[in-house]
Amino acid sequence: MTAGLEPTPATDPHSAGAAIGVKSAVRDVVVVDGLTKTFPGPPAVTALHPCRFTIRAGEYVAITGASGSGKTTLLSLLGLLDTPTAGSYLLDGVDVADLDDTTRSALRARRIGFVFQAFHLVGYRTVIDNIALGLLYQGTPTRERRARARTAADQVGLGHRRHARCSTLSGGEKQRVAIARTLVRNPSLVLCDEPTGNLDTTTTRQILDLLDQLHHTGLTIVVITHDPTIAAAAQRHLTITDGHLSEIRREHATTP
Amino acid sequence: MRRRPDPTITAPSVFRRRDALTEAFAVIAQRPVRTLLTALGTILGVGAFVTTTGLAETASAQVSSRFDALRATEVRVQDAAPDGTNPFPDDTDQRLQALNGVNNAGVSYTVADPGTIQPRTLATRPLRTTTPIPVIAASPGALRAALPTLATGRLYDDWHQQRAEHIAVIGRVAADQLGITSIDRQPVVFLDDTPYVIAGIIDDVARNPDLLLAITIPTTAADTQFAATAAERQVLIDTAPGAAQLIGTQAPLALRPQQPDRLQTLVPPDPNTLRNQVEDDVQTLFYALAGLALLVGAIAITNATLLNVVERRPEIGLRRALGATRHHITRQIALEASITGTIAGTVGAIIGLIAVVAVAIARTWTPTIDPAVLLAAPAIGTITGALAGIAPAIKAARTPPAETLRQ
Repeated sequence: MTAGLEPTPATDPHSAGAAIGVKSAVRDVVVVDGLTKTFPGPPAVTALHPCRFTIRAGEYVAITGASGSGKTTLLSLLGLLDTPTAGSYLLDGVDVADLDDTTRSALRARRIGFVFQAFHLVGYRTVIDNIALGLLYQGTPTRERRARARTAADQVGLGHRRHARCSTLSGGEKQRVAIARTLVRNPSLVLCDEPTGNLDTTTTRQILDLLDQLHHTGLTIVVITHDPTIAAAAQRHLTITDGHLSEIRREHATTP
Repeated sequence: MRRRPDPTITAPSVFRRRDALTEAFAVIAQRPVRTLLTALGTILGVGAFVTTTGLAETASAQVSSRFDALRATEVRVQDAAPDGTNPFPDDTDQRLQALNGVNNAGVSYTVADPGTIQPRTLATRPLRTTTPIPVIAASPGALRAALPTLATGRLYDDWHQQRAEHIAVIGRVAADQLGITSIDRQPVVFLDDTPYVIAGIIDDVARNPDLLLAITIPTTAADTQFAATAAERQVLIDTAPGAAQLIGTQAPLALRPQQPDRLQTLVPPDPNTLRNQVEDDVQTLFYALAGLALLVGAIAITNATLLNVVERRPEIGLRRALGATRHHITRQIALEASITGTIAGTVGAIIGLIAVVAVAIARTWTPTIDPAVLLAAPAIGTITGALAGIAPAIKAARTPPAETLRQ
């Protein structure tokens, strides 16, 4: 059923004619090769064994796995919140595995968007303030930040609650604000960590519909979840078991 | 092949100063009560500083005005190296009177009583010993320099002094002991067996209260009768206001030009010096208290900010996820602490000002406070806050984003 991830020949960074550095119709947003994460301990724990995969621009990828399987570790590595122990990671063609903290912060500010299970909103601030926070570290002027935040709020259906404090919002509304905060940044890669984990079925459906809409606008989305329904909504389905990543093909499964 | 980071992609994160201020104010404004409680120690410290400085200035101005009203006009000269001889010349009164600024001056000493003087109003000696009444020898100038108030009669003068007349003035207490209430009948007091006519009764003195207890006779008479050359003599000078310091330096030269070091002068402290001493004493004490309060305030801000940082770990992680560098986080937390300190400094200055004015009104003083102190107060608060914010800011910057975002 499961399969090791063979890089797409056209995008293999080690092969001739690899997509990296070569203009192609569909660029590779994420190219991972041998990415590993070991926490030193003691005892040392390898949370992510060497893995290899590519995510192209505009893809909607779900990564599933049991609790403690290493999916959040993978998300942290993809989101440049943590550094890998070994392996390479090209984000938008830039080798980011060994970058210093400042440069990784810069890439996070401009290239990566996050949607968390716990929303991570600043509760005492308004919807607009929270959405505009997404542009804070890009150096965008205040007026432009707020204008773009208003547009993003409208896009996620929260135009009428712009000035509400986030602490007063429902779970679904909070997650919409978090998505709008990501949307306003126009990122290359959106990483969602259990985005519906704290939501009821109806609200989950609404959030999934919203993510689907965003996917259709061309956003590259990676969703980490333990919910097979959400995984089914994605284009591709990767699964992680005890730190080993594999892809579940829709038609057939392969092993690395 | 791997590309080098594209500068347009990896352009550094930006956290503009204006945004940093806005973010810091938003956090502070969100929790005004907590901010005030956090700042309480610093408020007390800065308030104590302003109050201290203001009260010290107000009080010193008050000391100055009171000191002017009771300006010291008393100088004393005594033998610096007693050797059994009289260090003062016979014309001590005249020499000192000649100095500009001297109102009255003269020498005096207590006549040692070997037990035979027995002051009394009767020629016959009493059979039993009574409480001895001291006998003081004083020149007319010394008597006048004590600023006596007479109940009756008069003081003896230079004429009596020159002629070594047997004349005396007695203090109010001594008069009671002797049973003398009036001099209308020219009472006499016997010292040894020599009668001294009582010229007057002293009711009160501004200086040398011993005169109220004693019988005072001219030094010439005392020298002749009791040969008290070894007595410990002292010169008392009553000066014009403000002249005490100068007279203190001139008197030894006027009295013993050949050996001024033999004489020691006791002058009152200079009013300016005294005022400064009072100010220094008060300020040193209160500065210490203010410093202690500021230290407590800084610890309070550090503690509260550390707790705040722990509480805000998810938010700090979020900011890191949104692109904030460690430096940005450090700056924001330090800025929040500094602004808290500035608010504390401003509130402290206002409280201190109110305290100074309230005390001044209660004591009917004129409140005096240096505007520079009021301007410095917020700066002190800012510095306290900034120093207190260093540790929490560093701790916040070290917060690993991946870990905090999992919470």
